[in-house]
Amino acid sequence: MIAFLTGPMLWVSLLVFFGGLTVRAVLYVRGLSWKLDRVAYKPHMALGMRGAIHSIRCWLIPGGTYGWRQQPFMAVGFFLFHIGAILLPLFLLAHQELIKMAFGFSLPTLPSGVADALTVLAIIGGFMLAIRRIALPEVRILTTPYDWFILGISVAPFVTGFIARLHLGNYDFWLTCHILTGEAVLILAPFTKLSHIVLFFMSRGQLGMDYNIKRGGAKRETAFPW
Amino acid sequence: MPQGTFCNTTPISSEEELKALLGDKGGAQYYEEMKELDVNSDAIAKLLEDTCQSRIRTWLEICAHCGMCADSCFLYRVNDRDPKQVPAYKIQSTLGELVKKKGKVTNEFMRHCVDVAWSQCTCCNRCGMYCPHGIDMGVMFSYLRGILNSQGFVPWEMKIGSGMHRVYNAQMDVTTEDWIDTCEWMAEEYEEEWPGLEIPIDKEDADIMYTLNAREPKHYPEDLAEAAILFHLAGENWTVPSTGWEQTSLSMFAGDWAACKMQVESVYNAIEKLRPKRVIGTECGHAHRATVIEGPYWAGREDGLPPAPYIHYVEWVAEALRTGKIKIDPEKKIKEPVTLQDSCNYVRNHGLAKATREIMSYIAEDFREMGPNREHNYCCGGGGGFNGIGKYRKERNKALQTKRDQILATGCKLVIAPCHNCWDAIRDLEEEYEIGIRWSFLKPLLIKMAIVPDHLKLPEE
Repeated sequence: MIAFLTGPMLWVSLLVFFGGLTVRAVLYVRGLSWKLDRVAYKPHMALGMRGAIHSIRCWLIPGGTYGWRQQPFMAVGFFLFHIGAILLPLFLLAHQELIKMAFGFSLPTLPSGVADALTVLAIIGGFMLAIRRIALPEVRILTTPYDWFILGISVAPFVTGFIARLHLGNYDFWLTCHILTGEAVLILAPFTKLSHIVLFFMSRGQLGMDYNIKRGGAKRETAFPW
Repeated sequence: MPQGTFCNTTPISSEEELKALLGDKGGAQYYEEMKELDVNSDAIAKLLEDTCQSRIRTWLEICAHCGMCADSCFLYRVNDRDPKQVPAYKIQSTLGELVKKKGKVTNEFMRHCVDVAWSQCTCCNRCGMYCPHGIDMGVMFSYLRGILNSQGFVPWEMKIGSGMHRVYNAQMDVTTEDWIDTCEWMAEEYEEEWPGLEIPIDKEDADIMYTLNAREPKHYPEDLAEAAILFHLAGENWTVPSTGWEQTSLSMFAGDWAACKMQVESVYNAIEKLRPKRVIGTECGHAHRATVIEGPYWAGREDGLPPAPYIHYVEWVAEALRTGKIKIDPEKKIKEPVTLQDSCNYVRNHGLAKATREIMSYIAEDFREMGPNREHNYCCGGGGGFNGIGKYRKERNKALQTKRDQILATGCKLVIAPCHNCWDAIRDLEEEYEIGIRWSFLKPLLIKMAIVPDHLKLPEE
């Protein structure tokens, strides 16, 4: 079972993930329209790209925007979860072993203490995001079962992986759960809100372009104060 | 009843229709008819298919429902943090549903959308700044207004407003004759006090073509005279066009895109005919948004720019003060604490915060910022058409409390509001809440403060 999941199934998952998200990104860009969006993308591409990069960069920096600074609880939960969600799948030793088996080389790996800490922090981050959904009326009104599903499936690989790592209960069971949920995330990503993995960059970048090309970019000395 | 006499899908096309609609006081019959109006689901589905593309679809899809937009919305804050005022909720429960159901919605749903689109969002675009994904709900509400308008679901005053543009090429019933008469009248009226004062009409190749808000010739003609005096003082070579002088666009608030195009093209035609070096618009926010920022796209201009450099009045004032074209008498600078209203339409949406601050540095000794300010400032409370819709007066008055409290916190009794909509909202908030403030455009203040060069002075008696 585990051999299948870390073999052909992993390949399928990765293919769907990277292929699907690439398609989403391409479709997004192809669907942009200077007339409908009322943004003259092409004639002001350089200015627009500067705005896009600035807009994305600000939001990737903890405390980089007014929004993050005004909502520290959300910011902490968000960054704890997302830092783990990016670093752990890529640089965990065990994941690198899989890459080495497949390609014969591997990327640098996280020391196990750091990986453990990141995992715990990511789970705490996910928990904080969940608390907001329950505790804050302005978030509760927006929250649907779909949102809970996305949050659940995103946090699941960290929880199951960590249980397996600690050898609590049946190792094989938890490892299988970890791989299954991890692959589920990969496969679902292009078809669900998880597509924000790439569409965040597209959408955030688009608004950065919008502000820089049309809404005063050339009039501002520095870039838009996100 | 599919189509009402007043409330229907046919845009106003004649003066008679417009007058008849105006005769329906407060839209009493109009709103009754709206309750019976048919919803053409196929037409909505087709419109969504054609116009709801990548950007908006992605916005609707990836919204993480995180609620970070809540606090960015002044209407959410001022309405006791009502969760139904969370921007994401407002748009998901209206446009989101419309898209999900592919236009198969009821009349009641459409009327609910009208209420939300025109009384719960002023299209100030602040939420987009606070959304991690960059989801701009102001843009989406403007888009929703267009869809509602196409089905005849639009507040009475908005239908009148865009009807005015369709009939008179102006937001009010100001004909070309009225306009020219007003220019001549104002030039004559003020010539005695300002020898040599002119309001040149249709002068070709001037340095400046001036465009304005129809309210000025209609109700505040002295504003036009003040603009003329300031150009006169600055020694500018300027003109106004006989047609294409109206810069505003109530049709933008109404979501009547065809009327928007007609209106803005009349201005662009004037620019092309008179070939000014640049165009300057009056102290109005939405006029700037309509003609300088959005207009090029309505007119199908691929570079997204008007036919000539087109600046806001505050940019010209900042320049005139900087270059010394207009000099301020230091004795006459504003001594009392004074604050400034940032118009969403040209500050958040066109980066002019610096220009207004530069002006304040020349004219005010104790300038105090509102908090928050610049790009992050709150809407005056009456933007996006909110000021003008009788049905939502109660909600609008509630919304004014945001600006009231911002002004009170500065301790200032004088508010400079270089925007018609903001100016109105601040006037109304004083009327409603009586906090003892005064409000002003820049023009009258500048005239009081400017040093009159010797050659322009009245000859001594």
